[in-house]
Amino acid sequence: MLHIVVCIKQVPDSREIRIDPKTNTLIRQGVPAIVNYYDLHGLEEALRIKDEFGARVTVITMGPPSAEKALCQCVSMGADEGVLVSDRAFAGADTLATSYVLALTIQKAEDTWGPVDMIFCGKQTLDGDTGQVGPGIACRLDMDQLTYVELFESLDIEKQEVVVRRHLEDGVERVRARLPVLITALDILNRPRRASLPGVLRAARYKPIVWTTNDFSNLDRSKIGLKGSPTIVSKTWVPEPKQVNTEYVDSANVVAAATDLLNRLYATELPQKLGWS
Amino acid sequence: MAERTGKRKPMIGLQPEGDIDWSSYRGVMVFVEQRNGQAKPVSWQLIGEATRLAAKLNVKVMALVIGWQVSELAEESIYHGADEVYVCDSKELEHYRTRPYSRVCLHVIRKYKPEIVLMGATNTGRDLAGAIATHLPTGLTADSTQLDVDEERLLLASRPAFSEKMLATILCKQFKPQMATARAGVFEQLPRDTTRTGEVIQVPPQMDPGEIATEMIEFLETKGSVNLAEAEVIVAGGRGLGGPAAFEMLKELADELGGVVGASRAVVDLGWIGHDHQVGQTGVTVRPKLYFAIGISGAVQHVVGMQNSSYIVAINKDANAPIFKIANYAIVGDLFQIIPAIIQAVRTRKLERLQLLKY
Ligand SMILES: Cc1cc2nc3c(=O)[nH]c(=O)nc-3n(C[C@H](O)[C@H](O)[C@H](O)COP(=O)(O)OP(=O)(O)OC[C@H]3O[C@@H](n4cnc5c(N)ncnc54)[C@H](O)[C@@H]3O)c2cc1C
Ligand SMILES: Cc1cc2nc3c(=O)[nH]c(=O)nc-3n(C[C@H](O)[C@H](O)[C@H](O)COP(=O)(O)OP(=O)(O)OC[C@H]3O[C@@H](n4cnc5c(N)ncnc54)[C@H](O)[C@@H]3O)c2cc1C
Repeated sequence: MLHIVVCIKQVPDSREIRIDPKTNTLIRQGVPAIVNYYDLHGLEEALRIKDEFGARVTVITMGPPSAEKALCQCVSMGADEGVLVSDRAFAGADTLATSYVLALTIQKAEDTWGPVDMIFCGKQTLDGDTGQVGPGIACRLDMDQLTYVELFESLDIEKQEVVVRRHLEDGVERVRARLPVLITALDILNRPRRASLPGVLRAARYKPIVWTTNDFSNLDRSKIGLKGSPTIVSKTWVPEPKQVNTEYVDSANVVAAATDLLNRLYATELPQKLGWS
Repeated sequence: MAERTGKRKPMIGLQPEGDIDWSSYRGVMVFVEQRNGQAKPVSWQLIGEATRLAAKLNVKVMALVIGWQVSELAEESIYHGADEVYVCDSKELEHYRTRPYSRVCLHVIRKYKPEIVLMGATNTGRDLAGAIATHLPTGLTADSTQLDVDEERLLLASRPAFSEKMLATILCKQFKPQMATARAGVFEQLPRDTTRTGEVIQVPPQMDPGEIATEMIEFLETKGSVNLAEAEVIVAGGRGLGGPAAFEMLKELADELGGVVGASRAVVDLGWIGHDHQVGQTGVTVRPKLYFAIGISGAVQHVVGMQNSSYIVAINKDANAPIFKIANYAIVGDLFQIIPAIIQAVRTRKLERLQLLKY
């Protein structure tokens, strides 16, 4: 049977994040945690493959204990197993340290449930927003990666091949790759399903598997957490809000308003920058 | 089931290979992204920025060109500011694929030792940079919008964080090169100077074509596809347009101004226009010189994607629409009357200019 791993991250709902105007720091308190938006699209694609071909779908996340909830949500949608990799020592990881732990986790998942045929990640997260973890995992596991996938065209189990469409700024690329392969999902890939009733019932009683540093025999402690992270955030600041002096164009007469707007635009450096005659 | 060809060789925790005397790393390298021998504008923008950093560090600007029949791009890289160009030109590198491209990058980086490597934060740039940084290994800052170097020769790469609400400066002391991807449209390219000269170094491909398991079947330049990230003028519409038909009007205005059409997520979800046009947190982040927000309320997820436009014109019938807070020019009124009037005014002005030129 196919074995598919889906990587998910619990992220703060960025819509709810506010900046404290006094201290210029983030107000995280009371911000709801959600499963990263794009990851649900990765999960959905894995579940579709499961529906069509039969597959074991293992969902993994590295995060705090509270991320169990995110795994339960995935189980309610149809994932078979959820693994939480959690340990204080993992905290403060950048993308390099994160992909290290996730690659080890996938390796352990292979030892436990069999070789992995496909890995799904989201295109990027809503918080760190780097899109670097997927390529990092693929590199460490020596797999091909297909990033920014907008359509999963076909899977040929006999030939061990997938064909997908990758979304690029200037067009779409159809690519064929051989299993095993890592795919990062765009939101236009599919529409995530709602939890089914049996799914909800299973999730209500489900306890995710938890792995800590002690569960990895080959873990190199110098490569995890803050210590294993070469990137350092040296400072954060709130950019000066762009001071805009909004000029209102009188719209009582639309023809006059249109001319007025153009006159104002022509008075800026735009004509020179844009090559308007 | 078919036997899997080629055994995987997992390399989970990677160590730096070879020389780790970081002081021998000198120079600022830019990966020149191209398709069919045409460079992406962000590549020249990054070479422009690299010349500024390299001057501060007193080192050379290195360009890395990978592809098939790309020798012209080597010259172009020099015209745009590079001192040294590393070129890997081979049939199997015609289309971007992660493995063969990253092998070439790793080879060049390990052999020629740049202290900084920059790539565009495009889908291809992020795909490639993520693989290379893991391999080397080194720190990689994503999506930078400001770059600088300090007295210790550290790269200070700043990037927006938390839906652009904050900026964070990120650095990497532990490894070289220091890597960053950087957004299109932020940095200025230098004027193309065909009198500049530089050195071109040929690099052999690092993978047998037979070893490459992925294959690009075809590239579809999707009809109506728009390159929002690089557009200088964007005319964007939202739910206020009332239906897909009104986008025709926006297209007309965009055409007059040499721009492209953008959209809010609401209208993309309604199916009035393709996802390629979506601006915002889950669409494209744009930085055009001129942005029209037409019938768009100004939800934060939209605003984070366009607030760094040089000039914003907002047209909305609701005087309290949040979009007006960030607009340079505001017109409160019905877009169905205002847009045709603006199109007409642009045409009239063009005609007047033409007539002026005649005399
Ligand atoms: C504001 C901010 C800026 C940052 N900038 C950088 C930076 O420039 N460079 C850098 O190296 N680090 C950076 N980090 C750290 C980075 O966010 C963390 O390393 C994080 O653990 C993973 O990166 P990401 O959120 O960018 O994930 P992405 O690479 O965007 O995630 C892609 C996919 O990988 C999977 N994935 C990611 N994290 C997990 C996880 N914990 N568990 C399971 N699956 C996961 C998901 O499928 C996800 O959709 C930054 C963090 C913050 C908060
Ligand atoms: C996780 C998440 C991610 C999101 N990502 C994005 C994103 O990337 N991009 C994005 O845009 N949104 C995004 N959204 C959605 C966002 O919250 C808003 O719902 C969306 O931007 C609203 O689109 P709108 O302004 O077109 O519609 P509305 O908010 O409905 O605004 C329509 C406006 O048109 C005006 N109007 C109506 N008729 C006329 C007329 N005749 N003349 C002039 N004005 C008129 C109205 O006054 C109103 O202000 C996201 C939401 C979530 C939850």
